[in-house]
Amino acid sequence: MKLRIPRSRALAGAVAAFAVLAGGGTWTAVASGSDAPTVHREERIMSMDGVRIDTSFFTVDGADGVDGAAGKRPAVLLGHGFGGSKRDVQAQAEQLARDGYAVLTWSARGFGKSTGKIGLNDPDGEVKDVSRLIDWLAERPEVRLDADGDPRVGVSGSSYGGAISLLAAGHDKRVDAVAPQITYWNLADALFPDGVFKKLWAGIFINTGGGCEKFENRLCEMYERVAVAGKPDAAARDLLTAHSPSAVGDRIKVPALIVQGQNDSLFPLDHADAMAKAIDGNGAPVAVDWIAGGHDGGDRESARVEGRITDWFDRYLKGEKGTDTGPAFRVTRTGGVDSTDGAAKLRGAASDRYPGLEAGRRQLKLAAAKPEQHFTNPAGANPPAISAVPGVGALSQLSGLGVGLSLDFPGQNARFETAKLASDLRVTGSPTVKVKVKSDRDDAVLFGKVYDVSADGRQQVLPSQLVSPVRVSGAGAKDGATVELRLPAIDHEVRAGHRLRVVLAATDLGYASPADPAAYTVSLEGDGALTVPTATGVKTQAAPLPWWVWGLPAIGAAVAVALLLTARRRTVAPAPDPALAEVPLQITGLTKKYAKSADRYAVRDLSFRVERGQVLGLLGPNGAGKTTTLRMLMGLITPDSGEIRVFGHAIRPGSPVLSRVGSFVEGAGFLPHLTGRANLDLYWQATGRPAEDSRMDEALEIAGLGDPSPSSRLRSTRGDPIDRAVRTYSQGMRQRLAIAQAMLGMPDLLILDEPTNGLDPPQIREMRDVMIRYAAAGRTVIVSSHLLSEVEQSCTHLVVMDRGQLMQAGPVAEITGGTDTLLVTTEGEVSEALAEKVAALPGIGTAVRTDEGLLVRLDGASPSALIGELVRLDVPLTGVGPNRRLEDAFLTLIGGTSA
Amino acid sequence: MSTPVTAPATERATEPATESATESAPGYRAGHTLPLRVEAMRQWRRRRTMVMAVVLGALPLILIAAFAIGGTPGREGGRVTLMDTATASGANFAATCLFVSAGFLLVVPVALFCGDTVASEANWSSLRYLLAAPVPRARLLWSKLAVALAFSLAAMVLLPGVALVTGSIAYGWGPLELPTGGSLPAGDAIPRLALVVAFIFVSQLVTAALAFWLSTKTDAPLGAVGGAVGLTIVGNVLDAVTALGSWRDFLPAHWQFAWADALQPQLEWGGMLKGAAVSVTYALVLFALAFRGFSRKDIVS
Repeated sequence: MKLRIPRSRALAGAVAAFAVLAGGGTWTAVASGSDAPTVHREERIMSMDGVRIDTSFFTVDGADGVDGAAGKRPAVLLGHGFGGSKRDVQAQAEQLARDGYAVLTWSARGFGKSTGKIGLNDPDGEVKDVSRLIDWLAERPEVRLDADGDPRVGVSGSSYGGAISLLAAGHDKRVDAVAPQITYWNLADALFPDGVFKKLWAGIFINTGGGCEKFENRLCEMYERVAVAGKPDAAARDLLTAHSPSAVGDRIKVPALIVQGQNDSLFPLDHADAMAKAIDGNGAPVAVDWIAGGHDGGDRESARVEGRITDWFDRYLKGEKGTDTGPAFRVTRTGGVDSTDGAAKLRGAASDRYPGLEAGRRQLKLAAAKPEQHFTNPAGANPPAISAVPGVGALSQLSGLGVGLSLDFPGQNARFETAKLASDLRVTGSPTVKVKVKSDRDDAVLFGKVYDVSADGRQQVLPSQLVSPVRVSGAGAKDGATVELRLPAIDHEVRAGHRLRVVLAATDLGYASPADPAAYTVSLEGDGALTVPTATGVKTQAAPLPWWVWGLPAIGAAVAVALLLTARRRTVAPAPDPALAEVPLQITGLTKKYAKSADRYAVRDLSFRVERGQVLGLLGPNGAGKTTTLRMLMGLITPDSGEIRVFGHAIRPGSPVLSRVGSFVEGAGFLPHLTGRANLDLYWQATGRPAEDSRMDEALEIAGLGDPSPSSRLRSTRGDPIDRAVRTYSQGMRQRLAIAQAMLGMPDLLILDEPTNGLDPPQIREMRDVMIRYAAAGRTVIVSSHLLSEVEQSCTHLVVMDRGQLMQAGPVAEITGGTDTLLVTTEGEVSEALAEKVAALPGIGTAVRTDEGLLVRLDGASPSALIGELVRLDVPLTGVGPNRRLEDAFLTLIGGTSA
Repeated sequence: MSTPVTAPATERATEPATESATESAPGYRAGHTLPLRVEAMRQWRRRRTMVMAVVLGALPLILIAAFAIGGTPGREGGRVTLMDTATASGANFAATCLFVSAGFLLVVPVALFCGDTVASEANWSSLRYLLAAPVPRARLLWSKLAVALAFSLAAMVLLPGVALVTGSIAYGWGPLELPTGGSLPAGDAIPRLALVVAFIFVSQLVTAALAFWLSTKTDAPLGAVGGAVGLTIVGNVLDAVTALGSWRDFLPAHWQFAWADALQPQLEWGGMLKGAAVSVTYALVLFALAFRGFSRKDIVS
C-alpha cells in the first residue's frame, strides 16, 4: 500500500468541494436520567465520492471535561461491526458525549442507510470516508483542534469498526488514539490461516454483508473463486492483505487499547498479538485486554470495556495525565457459575507488561501409544471433526467450566498425551509442538488442538473450542516435513491430575480441507515435548466483592455492641452492708407496679426484716403481692423502687448471694422428660457447686421422696417414683420434688411459696416440723400462705400483706394473739354500738362485726371471762369458738389498726 | 412425707449454718454455672432431639430406597441438577441429600433447637429456678445458645455424614461427579462437602438468631420455632420477587443455595462470602437483641 496520505489542510479544502451536506441535519435531544446532561444528536447524510454516508453527531452542552469557555472538546469516531449500522453504537456514543466528547458515528458503505458497495475497509473507499469525516469534524465549532484542519480525534469500534480504527490511524496522521476491539490485523490470516480456507466463517461473513452482490466486484469474485477451490490463492491473499491494518502497520503510531476476545475463532488472540507488537514497535503506548467473549459468543463485558475505552481517551485525547488506563495486559478469567443467577463469574488477571504468546515457556513431555501414528483423511473430508461452530459458540466459554462440545472421529487423527500434571498449570498464550508429517499426497492439511483431559480420562475439554490449521504441501509432504505447530492462543487453567492431549485431526467442520482421501503419518520431532507458555507475571486479581461483604458484618457487630452496652443499666449493685451480714432478709420501701399500669401496684412501699432462725410466714389473700415480692427476692423481677438485701447484699438478677437461698415459688419447674433424680442432679450441676455439697439424699428424705433402707433402694430401681420421668408425677409428687430441690445444699435462707398445696394432712404436719427444725439451728425459712391456720402453727413470725401493702409484721403471737381470736356467733345482727362496747371491755383487744356475729381478739381476758361479759351485756349468744379463717384474722387486724 | 423423718436426717438438717458472712455459698462461682455439658444433657434426652436425629439419619436411607424402587435418576430436560448424579458415588449422594434438604429440612432443626431452648424452660417453669440458682442471665443464654448451635451443627453434619456412609456402601466410594461437568476426586470432595456444611450452618445463623430472640420473648416454644420458620418462608417469597432487584442481595434467603458454588470445578467464594456476610450481620444484631432484652426482662413464667 503506497497510498499517500494527503496533507490535512489540502484535504480539508477538497472536502468542502464534494462533501456537501445532503440535508440540513436533524436535531434530536436525548434526555436520559435526571442528572445526566442532555445529549444532542444531529442526523446528517454526507455525500462523498459518489456515495451517501449516514452519520450521527453527538454532543452535550457544557459537558464536564470540556476545557475552556469555548467548550472545545476532543472528538471520537465510533465504527460499527460487520452487518450492523451506526445505531449499534448509539448508546456508547451518548455516554462518550456525556463524558465530554464530540462523537461521530456513521454507517459504513453498504450498511444501514449508507449507499455504495462493501469494500472491506478499502483504503480508497471506507478508509477515505473516515478521513472525510475527520475533515468535517475539523470544521465543527465544538471540536478541539491540534492544528487547522486537524481535530483532536480518537477512533474506536468492534470487529469491522475496530479494523477501520487501525486503518484510519495508519492512513490518516490526524488520528490521535485508537481502541480497536475484537478485530483483525491481517484479514488474509484470519480467513486463510496458514493457507487453509476458513470456509464456515467466510461464508457467514459474506452472508452477513447481504450476499456477494453487495460487495465490490473484485471481492465477490475472489470469494467465489476461493470457496469453489477450497483453498486460497496468492491473489486472494494479496487482496485481503492490502485491505488490512497490517499493510500500514509501520505507520500506526498512536496510543492503542487493543481488546480481543478469547472465544473468537474468527479473529483469534494472535491478531491482537501482532497488533500489539507492531504498534509497540512503533513506539506508541499499547494495552492489551483479552475479554471473555468474542465472535463465538460469550460475555463481551461491554460496560467494563467501554469504561476502559473512555479512560484511554481521557488519558490520550483529553490529556488527563492522572487517568489510570489500566494494566498493560489484562485477561478475563472465567471462574465458576454464580449459583444465584446462573451467570459465569469473571475475574481479571493483570500484568504491567504485555507478555506476548510465548512467555514463561515450560516443556511437557509428550507420549503416544505408538511413536508413528497413522490415520486417514476421509474422502470428501467427511465426516468432519467439530471444534468451534459459529453460532453455537456461546457454549465454548463453558470450556472454562469443564464443559465443551467437540468431536473427533476415530481413525482420523493422531494424539499425544502428557503425563498427569503434578500441579495446576495456567496456560496463557500459544503452546507449540514440533511434529513430522508425512502424507501420501502432495497437499496435506491438519488441524492441531490441545485438549484438557480430566483425571479419569473420561472428559476432555477443548479450551475456547479453538484449532490451528496447518498446510503441508509440495514435495516435503511426501518425504515427511517437520512442522513447528503453533497451537491456538488460549488462557486456560489445567488442574493438577489432568493431562494435556495434543490432537492432529485430518478434518474440521469450520475449514476446507482436501477432499481427496489421504493417509497421514505423524510422529514427534525433536525432544517430543509440548511447549506451553505460562506467563507467570500475570496475576489473577482478587474477585471484586461489594463493600458490604466486609462492611455489613462490621456494622452488625457495632450495632450489637451498642445494643448490649446501652442495656447495662443499674448493674452496679450497691456495696454490701456489713451491719446486715447476719440478717437473712431486709426489705425496704419495695414497690412494683404492674406492667403497663400507672397506678396499680403489685407491691407498694413494703418494708420488713427477717432475722436469723425465724420461720417467717408471709400471709395474705390471693393477689396480695406475696409471690411478686418473692420473685423480686429471687432476682426474677426488678423492683421499681426500694431495696432487698439478703445477708447484706443487694439483690440484682443473678446476684451471687442467691446461691445461699433455696426457693420454691409458684409450683414446680422440671424437665418432664427426665426422672426426678436426673432433674435434681442436673439442677445441682447447673449451680456449678461441688456434688458433695448437694446433700441430695437428705433433701429427698425431708421431702418424703427418699428411702434410706438399702433393701428398698434395690427395689427402687424400677418402681421408685424418683426414678420415673417427671411427666408421670402427680401434683403432690412434683410439689415434694420441688421442695427437695429448694433444699439442695441446705441453703441459709429457704423460701417456700404455698408449700402445702397438694400435700395430704399428715404430710402437711411433717412439713411444719421440717420448717421448724430447719430454722432451729440458725437457718431461716420464709413460707408464704393464704391460710392463717397453716402458718400460725409453724411460724415464729408473720408478715401480713393485703393489696400489695404491709398490714402487720411481728411475732405470731403478737398478731394473732395465739389462739385468742374468738368468733362469737349471735342471733341476728350485732349493732355497731354493741361491738364498741365489747371492744371497750378490759382484756379485749378488738371486736369487729361480721356477717355471722362478732370477731373478738382477746388481750389478756380469758374466753370464759369474755362469755361472762357478753352474757352480762345481753348479747344473744348462740356460740363461741376459736377463729381460724384468714379473712377474719384480717378483719381483726384491720379493726385493730383502725380502732 | 409419708416416711417419717429419721433422726440422722434431722440432725443434719439442723446443723448450724456457717459461712453466713460470705457473699455466696461455698463452691459457687458464677462462671461455672450451667456448664455446657449439663445443658447438653438437659436437651439431649428430649423427644424432639431424638425425632430430629431419626428423621435426618433416616432420610438418606429413604432416598436410597426411593432410587432403588424408582431407578437411577436420568437427565431430563436441559437443566442439570445434583439429582441427576445422585447415584454416581457416595460423595454425590451426600451432596444430593444436602441439595434436597438445605431449603427447608435443615431449617427446621435450627429453628427448633434455637427457638425452643429458652421458651421451653419458661414453659416448664424451670427457667426461674435456674435463674435463682443463680445462673447469671447472660451465662444462661450463652450456654443455651452454644448448645443449641452445637445441636444444629450436629444435625447438619449428621445428614451428609450418614448419606456419605450409606451412599458409599450403596453406590461405591468414588469421585464427586459435578452437575456442571467434570469431577472431583473423593479426597478433594470431602473438604468441599465440609465447606458446604459450614456454609449452610453460617447461612442458617440468621434463622438461629431469629428463633433464639423469639425464644427469649415468648413462653410458647412453638411460637418461637414457628415464627422463625415462618419468617424464613417470607424471606423465600420475597426473594422470588425479582422486581426487588439488588435489594434481594440483603435477603438471607437469596444466598441459601450459594453453597452450590463449592461443588464447581473451580471453587467460587463470592456468593458464599456475600451470603455469610448477610447472615452473620442479621445474626449479630438479633443475638444482641436477645441478650439485651433478656438481661432486663421480668421473668413471670
